[in-house]
Amino acid sequence: MVHLERLAPPDSNLRPDIDLVSELGLDSVKVMDLMLDAEDEFNISVPLNVLADIRTPNQLAQAINKLLESR
Amino acid sequence: MMSLFDKFQSLSDARHALIQTEPSPIGTRIDEILSSTEGRVDGRSVILAGTNNYLGLTFDRDCIAAAHDALDREGTGTTGSRMANGSYASHTRLEEELAHFFARPSAVVFSTGYVANLGLIGTLAGTDDVIVLDADCHASIYDACRLTGADIIRFRHNDASDLEKRLRRLGERTTNALIVVEGIYSMLGDQAPLREIAAVKRRHGGYLLVDEAHSLGVLGAHGRGLAEAEGVEADVDFVVGTFSKSLGAIGGFATSHHPQLDMIRYASRPYIFTASSSPATIASVRTALQIVDSRGELRQRLWANAERLYHGLSRLGFELGPEPGPVVATLLGSPQQGVAFWHGLLDHGVYVNLVLPPATPGGRALLRISVSAAHDTTQIDQIIAAFAALKPMLDHHEQE
Repeated sequence: MVHLERLAPPDSNLRPDIDLVSELGLDSVKVMDLMLDAEDEFNISVPLNVLADIRTPNQLAQAINKLLESR
Repeated sequence: MMSLFDKFQSLSDARHALIQTEPSPIGTRIDEILSSTEGRVDGRSVILAGTNNYLGLTFDRDCIAAAHDALDREGTGTTGSRMANGSYASHTRLEEELAHFFARPSAVVFSTGYVANLGLIGTLAGTDDVIVLDADCHASIYDACRLTGADIIRFRHNDASDLEKRLRRLGERTTNALIVVEGIYSMLGDQAPLREIAAVKRRHGGYLLVDEAHSLGVLGAHGRGLAEAEGVEADVDFVVGTFSKSLGAIGGFATSHHPQLDMIRYASRPYIFTASSSPATIASVRTALQIVDSRGELRQRLWANAERLYHGLSRLGFELGPEPGPVVATLLGSPQQGVAFWHGLLDHGVYVNLVLPPATPGGRALLRISVSAAHDTTQIDQIIAAFAALKPMLDHHEQE
């Protein structure tokens, strides 16, 4: 969420189920950049092909958890 | 009712909000091409400084004569794929000449540079493989990745230690990892730290692919690109490039020191299912390749022009890409400011490329100037003078 606050427009109402693209207005490049930070934080690599199915912070958290569990 | 076209409405609206009049900075119509550096746009004579014509070979007499000759002898097109009836002796000869030029056993010619990336990357990597690419790689590389079914992992632009971190995470999977970088990046004109990247590859394994689209003919003693200039050609497994920049035509190629490269011909759909380049195109490229090899003075002239332009604009206080090169990028503020500045340059007789987010780093508008060996110093100085005359437009904006 911390990384998202930096990328989102000021005063955005961030919720776990907010749609990163259609509600928050992030473009695809910003979403990919968000991933670079999240990857560092959790010391994982989230392949771009997984990213295609992620629309909300909640889904992102689930994808990260799955990658952490599969290590 | 939804229609197939609804999804394009937001793009159309965004374009309309920015651009209502012709000439447009997006898809500009160039009415006349007078030489490799001069044209006419909207009734005005302009210096062409947005063309990727780095060595100015589009009007080279020998290239044109070779193309004319091939046109007369072999006709206007091959009307078929390389796999079927579209492999003429000249296509094969060009492949031999490219392999010789790069001192590698073989090369494969594709119909465009975009298709070369689709055809090589999209075929090389498969479902169980990993592609680790620089985040600022060209769209053709991203599109190629989507064809593979491989895991696609980005590393921070030009950051070899970030690449190393990501390779370390992969563990044994680096055995079938393909690292993809570019010699010169097309938007900011900056070069990859290829020596460091090659060292990372040596430590962790994997294969290294360098797209030399903007560095072929531009870097290296023989013009082979950044890998030659940095002395790391042995570490580079695959080189991809285009004929549509320094070689002044259209087409693309891949070359490798792995003898198995030839095998991709049988599996690469972008190679098999598209028509091959016309004989005239192949003939001009073969001549242009000889020129790259034999006329090093063109490279010297290109770099003298690039340095003159870069330092001239830098002295005026423009925010530029990190280093001089055939692409000199000027970073502006909003897209609106970019459009206004682009029109101003056209009024001063200078045509450059306007690039808007999200194609630009950092969400800013960018004016991309491409320098040519064929520009004379007067033209370079005219470009600088046009930027100087328009500078108050930016200063005024900053004060607001």
